[in-house]
Amino acid sequence: MPQQPSSHPNPLPQAGEGKDNAIVARGLTRRFGKVTAVDALDLTVGRAQVYGFLGPNGSGKTTAIRMLCGLLLPSAGTIDVLGYRIPEQAEALKRRIGYMTQKFSLYDDLTVRENLEFVAAVHELDRAQTRTRVAELLERYWLRDLRDQLAGTLSGGQKQRLALAAAVLHEPELLLLDEPTSAVDPQSRREFWDSLFALTDAGTTILVSTHYMDEAERCHRLAILDHGRLVADGTPRELEDALPGQVLLVECANPRAAQNALAPLPGISAMAQIGASLRVLGSDGADLRAPIAARLREAGIAARVDPAPPNLEDVFVAATRQAPAERHA
Amino acid sequence: MNLRRLWAIVIKELRQLRRDKLTFAMIVGIPTMQLLLFGYAINMDIRNLPAAVLDQARTAQSRELVAELAQTRVLDFGYRLRTPQDLDALLRTGAISAALVIPPDFERRLIEHDRPPLQIVVDGSDQTVQQAVRQLAALPLQALLDPAAASPPANVEIVNFYNPGRRAPVNTVPGLIGVILTMTMVLFTAMALVRERERGNLEFLIATPVSPAELTVGKVLPFVGIGLLQVTLVLALGVAIFHVPIRGSLVDVYLASLIFIIASLALGVFLSTLAKSQFQAMQLAFFTFLPQILLSGFMFPYAGMPWPAQWLAEIFPMTHFMRLIRGIALRAATLADLWPELAALGVFIVVMLGIAIARTRKRLD
Repeated sequence: MPQQPSSHPNPLPQAGEGKDNAIVARGLTRRFGKVTAVDALDLTVGRAQVYGFLGPNGSGKTTAIRMLCGLLLPSAGTIDVLGYRIPEQAEALKRRIGYMTQKFSLYDDLTVRENLEFVAAVHELDRAQTRTRVAELLERYWLRDLRDQLAGTLSGGQKQRLALAAAVLHEPELLLLDEPTSAVDPQSRREFWDSLFALTDAGTTILVSTHYMDEAERCHRLAILDHGRLVADGTPRELEDALPGQVLLVECANPRAAQNALAPLPGISAMAQIGASLRVLGSDGADLRAPIAARLREAGIAARVDPAPPNLEDVFVAATRQAPAERHA
Repeated sequence: MNLRRLWAIVIKELRQLRRDKLTFAMIVGIPTMQLLLFGYAINMDIRNLPAAVLDQARTAQSRELVAELAQTRVLDFGYRLRTPQDLDALLRTGAISAALVIPPDFERRLIEHDRPPLQIVVDGSDQTVQQAVRQLAALPLQALLDPAAASPPANVEIVNFYNPGRRAPVNTVPGLIGVILTMTMVLFTAMALVRERERGNLEFLIATPVSPAELTVGKVLPFVGIGLLQVTLVLALGVAIFHVPIRGSLVDVYLASLIFIIASLALGVFLSTLAKSQFQAMQLAFFTFLPQILLSGFMFPYAGMPWPAQWLAEIFPMTHFMRLIRGIALRAATLADLWPELAALGVFIVVMLGIAIARTRKRLD
């Protein structure tokens, strides 16, 4: 049984804060038995932007989204979504949000059109409205030629377009998308993101979870989740600029050998081979160029060591690396 | 309860059903198959049991007796034996179900009345065989052997009121409506409701304004129509093939069936709140199906059950439906005559739906 929301040291949402923001959550926590899936999450999502949830599998993205739309009770914390207190006012909220689940959750044994007609009726559109709205969505999401095909026979990208069409059918102010592109090819993913920006241009707020870096780069703002905790948030640019460690690119004939040689060196938090080079992430601001060059010379490896601009993957690796250490401290 | 949403769910359910070939086949296949199975195979009037004769008397009278018993057609004397050992072997292998043993001093025993003049050995491992042969023991032996006997033995005459031909289908077919509805209605609803959860559709649905009541009623409503269709099918086949009489009002038959369908659907809805998967729903449905079949009076007479079984049987909707449908179809009773059974079904519906609604949350936890 879920616990009742308890008092939490974090401040309650300020009056008026919910007016400018689509989502304000403070101290959001959910426990399943002994496991804490979401741990004291503070979240502020402004309107008409794409806000990303970036995190590895099991970092609590799905649980957080489910709590935000009232499908799960929080163990602790307060939630304000579009001015509604959740979970108390979840039913009223449900008319104004669209939710796209991680797994395709429309009916495999209904056609594309039947699925959309069903969703339209669920949202109480009358018959005339249903006809025009369904035709409009079939057109916008390239589903017109597939309209009489059973949803179960669609490809990953087609299913996802159908799911998005169903989620936005009632023109919700807030769209919650849980890993929408996990079963989709790169071309379809690009098209999908174009559709998302078309929606934010029209004023829709979008919360989207992902574990793709290229998708995270495209979000207006981003929260990095790890083990249920918020470990970083900001615009992708802010996050990259705030990266504490140095990023170095080691170019050499044998990056694997270089990686083995550098493994014992202190001050390195992560290394990854990128083609013919090795990307090294420092754990703090210290300049690692000289020690790395020296260590490689010792090992007899000829290499060039250059600083590189940090990218989101560096931010992600740094954030999810240090979090467990912090917790154990 | 929003009617537009409710109707949309009904339409969706019918569309899915139309594409679900297996369920669709079961709706028509189960009633037809069961009707033929129960109508022909389960026949309590036993005829032609394989049997043996061990005639140790070998007199004219003993031979006459064997001929008389053979004429009842209950036993088919395929074996003539010489020794009791042969009899043991045949019984053990199951070659015969019964044997008639006539002792050497048969005629003396008949006259002196000191010991039973003959013995019928029965394979006790089959209860229905036992009962059939026991009837034979009640045959008036004296009269059989000596039609002019001065004192005709006192025997009870059984007058069968509603089924004079003692044809089994007359009893089984109306009851079969109950069996078929229990089997299909409970199973279909429990599975249909759990399917939504198992396939992940529920997570999408509960994030929309759909209420649990709309979803449940919308999904269950098509099955009311399907249930009535099955009733029609069984009645039509029962009348056409087995000449089962419908003595009461047809309206009463349908009304009683409708109430029973709703009770079975309520049970299915309740079970769906317990099951996590369609497989579990199926197991639960069968778990409730067996005791209903055994205790409802469909197979064994209610009066013969020990009181805990009777008490349990009173809970099951099928018990009450058995009384309703047999009363209406065979005894021309009206619903008003049988109101306590209707009341019992009503209570069952309210309790089951009450528990189910209390257990339903529009949440994932």
